[in-house]
Amino acid sequence: MSNDTNRRDFLGYTFAAVAAVGGAASLVGMKKVWDPLPSVLAGGFTKVDLSGIKAGEPSTIMWRGKPIFVLKKTAEMENSDRDLVIGNDRFTIAIGLCTHLGCIPAWKKSMWKCACHGGEFDASGKQVFGPPPRPLDLPPFSVSGNTLTLGEEGPEYKKIASAMKA
Amino acid sequence: MAKFTKANSVGEWLDQRLNTTALNKVLMTEYWIPKDINFLWAMGVLLATTFGILVISGLFLMMYYKPDVNLAFDSVNYTIMQEVAYGWLFRHMHGVAASVVFLIIYIHMFTGIYYGSYKQGREMIWISGMLLFMTFSAAGFSGYMLPWGQMSYWAAMVITNLFGGVPIIGDALVVWIRGDFNVADATLTRFFMLHVFLLPIVIMGLIGLHFYTLRIPHVNNQSSEDIDFDAEAEKYLSGNKKESKVIPFWPIFISKDLAVLGIFLIFYFYLVFFHYNFAMDPVNFDPADNMVTPAHIYPEWYFLWSYEVLRGFFFDVGPIKAFDIGLAAFGFANAIFLLLPFLDRDPAVLPAYKRPGFNVWFWILMVDLIVLTVYGKLPPTGINAWVGFVSAMLFIILFLVLPIITKADAKKRGA
Ligand code: FES
Repeated sequence: MSNDTNRRDFLGYTFAAVAAVGGAASLVGMKKVWDPLPSVLAGGFTKVDLSGIKAGEPSTIMWRGKPIFVLKKTAEMENSDRDLVIGNDRFTIAIGLCTHLGCIPAWKKSMWKCACHGGEFDASGKQVFGPPPRPLDLPPFSVSGNTLTLGEEGPEYKKIASAMKA
Repeated sequence: MAKFTKANSVGEWLDQRLNTTALNKVLMTEYWIPKDINFLWAMGVLLATTFGILVISGLFLMMYYKPDVNLAFDSVNYTIMQEVAYGWLFRHMHGVAASVVFLIIYIHMFTGIYYGSYKQGREMIWISGMLLFMTFSAAGFSGYMLPWGQMSYWAAMVITNLFGGVPIIGDALVVWIRGDFNVADATLTRFFMLHVFLLPIVIMGLIGLHFYTLRIPHVNNQSSEDIDFDAEAEKYLSGNKKESKVIPFWPIFISKDLAVLGIFLIFYFYLVFFHYNFAMDPVNFDPADNMVTPAHIYPEWYFLWSYEVLRGFFFDVGPIKAFDIGLAAFGFANAIFLLLPFLDRDPAVLPAYKRPGFNVWFWILMVDLIVLTVYGKLPPTGINAWVGFVSAMLFIILFLVLPIITKADAKKRGA
């Protein structure tokens, strides 16, 4: 009798184990189906020529489906340690998505204003009003001469990124 | 196997095999409803009907809709609206029903709150109803995105970004939900799946559960009187119909529901034919553009109150970021109604007008929700930001003091 019971228990445990492994494996599979496709992950270096940019008028470049703000600062604009310095020029490079919930702030005179919940960012990308919790994010980039390449981490990027962390 | 004799009619044939007579009694002719209820109790039938309209009109739309970022906008705004015969009708029926369904849900919900229908034995009715509300919200949101207009796109952007507030995994979670770094084709196709299949199936299951939860505690009534349904049903069945406090759902009670439904449908089709625009935001007739945010974005009217709670907190408190406070408040606003049966500490089931403190609480909540809804649509600048902040705070405080208020009411009555 007790022999039978043990055998049945054993079958029960075996089934539970098989089901648990199968269940966990399917969850992994289901999670991966929702992951970005390889073609999406691979997409993504964009070159920008900085020489044509006018001071005080930010341009917006699309990179990985996101807007990137490139602003050449005018003399009146405050310096910041996130400025990208090339020769005599200072640039603000930022991902143009509000760090609150991701709307695209619009340039109004001397600031980026986010229409969604009223966030504001100054010319250095620093949040100065409203719900955004941090300055505009820095996209990875590298610089050679007057060309900016978005998507790879050059030494200038690393320097600014660590200055922003501090 | 049961014994089968030769059946004399189709009905008898079915009865032998499916026991339809007993089923009919349980679901219809001996499902008891109190006499003492008003038109507000018809909202259940209205909702079931509206959901039916949504499913059927949705089927017709799905035959021409194309879930692809390059085709979606034109498949809706050109093919369905211009080419398909009566395509515009099905779109407007679907759009208006999606909006009106929330109006009815809110009436249904606040009727329940006013009459205390979520308490003492009816908790599961309330909880299953709130789960339905949440699934409806998800279905409404995922559907709003499908026409791939500017408002659709940016609504998807903002809502998916909310998940970025989850500690540690937030950023990765947002990419995972979207299937791309941005709201893109992968996002559209998965929301399409959710909207046309998974969420409707879940809704149907929850509707079944919601109906079932009514069986044992039975439906509440205007005076919140505790009726002995078995005894009253017996009275009714023995012919003492006048004295009995209950009537059968079918065919007696349903006639009142159908009368209300008739009025509702006239109102609904009036909207469909003459005022369909209120459910269609003009911004959504611009194709989605991931490089330009519309000047001012806001959700559909039925989400405005919780949207305003989200953005009501616009300044940091010490080390805590405004963003995180808003997000926490938003989570609170969406989850707190679920806990209502447990926050109400009054042991009696009574309508609000018999509970003085609770009555005041109820009407302040209503006013606050209206203020939140109105300000949710206004630009969040200047004085608007402060109104938003105060009403969002008030919303939270109302739920925090509810246990105290309801306890005090009970004490005053001497319970
Ligand atoms: S998304 Fe910019 S302030 Fe909310």
